[in-house]
Amino acid sequence: MSRTFPTRRFAAATAAAALAATGALTGCAASGSGDGTTEITFLTSNDAPNPETAEALAAAFEEEHPDVSVDVEIRPGGTEGDNLVKTRLSTGEMADVFYYNSGSLLQALNPDSTLVDLSDQEWVSSLTEEFTPVVSTDNGLYGAPLGASFAGGVVYNKPLYEELGLEVPETWDEFMANNATIAAEGDGVAPVIQTYGETWTSQLFVLGDFANVLAVDPEWADQYTAHQRSYADEPALLGFQHQQEVAEAGYFNEDFPSAAFQDGARMVAEGEGAHYPMLSSVIQTILQNTPDAVDDIGFFALPAEDAANTQATIWQPNALYVPRSTEGAELEAAKELVAFANSEAGCEIQNELLPPAGPYAGTCEALDTAPALLADIQAYFDAGKAANALEFSSPVKGPNLEKVTVEVGSGIKTAEEAAEFYDQDVENQARQLGLEGW
Amino acid sequence: MTEVGSAKRRRTAGSGSTSATQRSIYPTWFYLPAGVLYLIFFAVPTFASFWFSLTRWTLFDTEFIGLDNFVQFFAEPQLSRGFLNTLIYGFVTSGAKVVLGLALAVLLTSQLVGRGYLRSVVFFPVLVSTIGVGITFKALLDPFDGVVNTMLATFGIEGPGWFTDPNQALLTIAAVDVWKGLGIATLIYIAGIVAIPQEYYEAARVDGAGAWRQFRSITLPLVQPATATVIILSLIGGLRSFDLIWATTGGGPGFTSDVIGSVIYKQYQAGFYGLSTAGNVILFLVVTAIMVPVSLLLNRKEVDR
Repeated sequence: MSRTFPTRRFAAATAAAALAATGALTGCAASGSGDGTTEITFLTSNDAPNPETAEALAAAFEEEHPDVSVDVEIRPGGTEGDNLVKTRLSTGEMADVFYYNSGSLLQALNPDSTLVDLSDQEWVSSLTEEFTPVVSTDNGLYGAPLGASFAGGVVYNKPLYEELGLEVPETWDEFMANNATIAAEGDGVAPVIQTYGETWTSQLFVLGDFANVLAVDPEWADQYTAHQRSYADEPALLGFQHQQEVAEAGYFNEDFPSAAFQDGARMVAEGEGAHYPMLSSVIQTILQNTPDAVDDIGFFALPAEDAANTQATIWQPNALYVPRSTEGAELEAAKELVAFANSEAGCEIQNELLPPAGPYAGTCEALDTAPALLADIQAYFDAGKAANALEFSSPVKGPNLEKVTVEVGSGIKTAEEAAEFYDQDVENQARQLGLEGW
Repeated sequence: MTEVGSAKRRRTAGSGSTSATQRSIYPTWFYLPAGVLYLIFFAVPTFASFWFSLTRWTLFDTEFIGLDNFVQFFAEPQLSRGFLNTLIYGFVTSGAKVVLGLALAVLLTSQLVGRGYLRSVVFFPVLVSTIGVGITFKALLDPFDGVVNTMLATFGIEGPGWFTDPNQALLTIAAVDVWKGLGIATLIYIAGIVAIPQEYYEAARVDGAGAWRQFRSITLPLVQPATATVIILSLIGGLRSFDLIWATTGGGPGFTSDVIGSVIYKQYQAGFYGLSTAGNVILFLVVTAIMVPVSLLLNRKEVDR
């Protein structure tokens, strides 16, 4: 779910962008100062709760290493952040430690020539086999996880399900039957929440369906990269078709064209809507805004046509990286900070500030206090019904998917037209990457 | 505007000075500082952009790919819509600014109480940041809890989805653009009207011309230079408009309010740096291709009179 689909993109705060820009001009050249302390910088994104987490990590790290001081810098999220990271890396002005996506977005940073290989670090041995490849190239391993993985599927309101006597659906027809019940008996509750005020939220029907595509066709991702598969054909087309079906049935909340991500989180938390196709990390927003509702929220994978193919689509966590431009004492300190984030003390901070919405990818372990939906997601892992999202197995992702899915949900294009349009959009991207077969 | 000004100057210079090798009044070193600045900040980036438009550019490295970017840009599926929208947007906003600007200027040059204050009120929106205007109107025109639709609802009218209805979005943005840019058009027209000698009106009145006749036969033809300026300024502004569209709809819903500017910006966002540079070169050529004939036409009329 690359470029235009950040983990958590709230309204990009212009102030933070300006801050980051001045940071780029003034605050990046870290250097040892006269009194023997090493100063390093740590760049994170402005999406809550990332700045808080970075500050907490920096403070705890400084306490443990009195001879190092860590300066936290903040950048915008989303595509603006992507461009800022690329610019700073290519000009050699990157912070000593930075937080960024794994998977295809990392590959676009040209890691072999811009990042420090961390494969000799101690924490590497604890990484899961799903995570290792998404921070690696053939020549090295570049990132340490920060935060847990998360799933893309349907976040739902459990009290509403109990009240209406509904069961978690395993096939698409069961899901639509539940929607029909909610529409008929739900007393004004929207069966499905959509929030096109922030377009990235519209992609879940397609991107969250990817594990189901893989269940039908295990070769799909590689074949897609080689231009042998397309969205205009089944099984991938089904994601678009399902979105169209829900839209045509009139199951969306009334204000779907203008509602924002935060509105969606509130609606599902307070039971104004039953289902929100979203990333499970939405729980961190719910924890912040409506903490009492956290344990009312459950999760299920977007159902496939056939129950046997219903799997959860997983997003691997973002990671911490060290750029090549960092050297000497700063490099040592930077590596220590990365290791610290995955130490016992670092995990404590992660559990408190980035509550897990999926299994951890490294040394950290979830606590009993973790949000209730974690158990729902863990169940898919335990049953072997979880697969990485497309962006972790293919570099190909068209920049306009979020606009296309808004068009499907708004009835501007049919699923077939949209899928065809998206296939064309993707061609641009693949050619830009210089892939073979396009 | 530059090509307009220089075209005019060239014409007057051509007719005035016959000796092409007129000696400069300054020594060469006097031009050096300005020349260096021009080279570094204008000439080099311009030529660099032509070069980068011919490459696949990831910020980390560049690879020369000839005209592929241009081919790809024209194959962009959202482009035809973007072109059409750019033209609609440019001509609608430009036309509305001419008509409304002239009407307001006629009003504001009449004997009004508090004329100076009213004139500045028309100009205020011009001073506000475009992004600020966009965000404000997005809140005001929110289809569900915006002020405008809430107010309409009290009269029993169901307001449209201003920025969210695919058929409505582009025109709503154009209307906001007109509101924001009208001050400049009005100002230019006021200057034009004030410059018309009062004697013409007096003579017309003596001949028994009514208000409409005076407007048709005196004001309208004599503000022609002002009209040319307003059309050229607002058409260029409209054709390369981007900021207001981005702040209100982001080109959406879907692609329904995309213009060339927003298509290019999305390509830049996606990291297609060479491709978006090619798009900018194309935008430059399109604006030039439309503006050169328009400004020639408007200026010829001026000269003929």
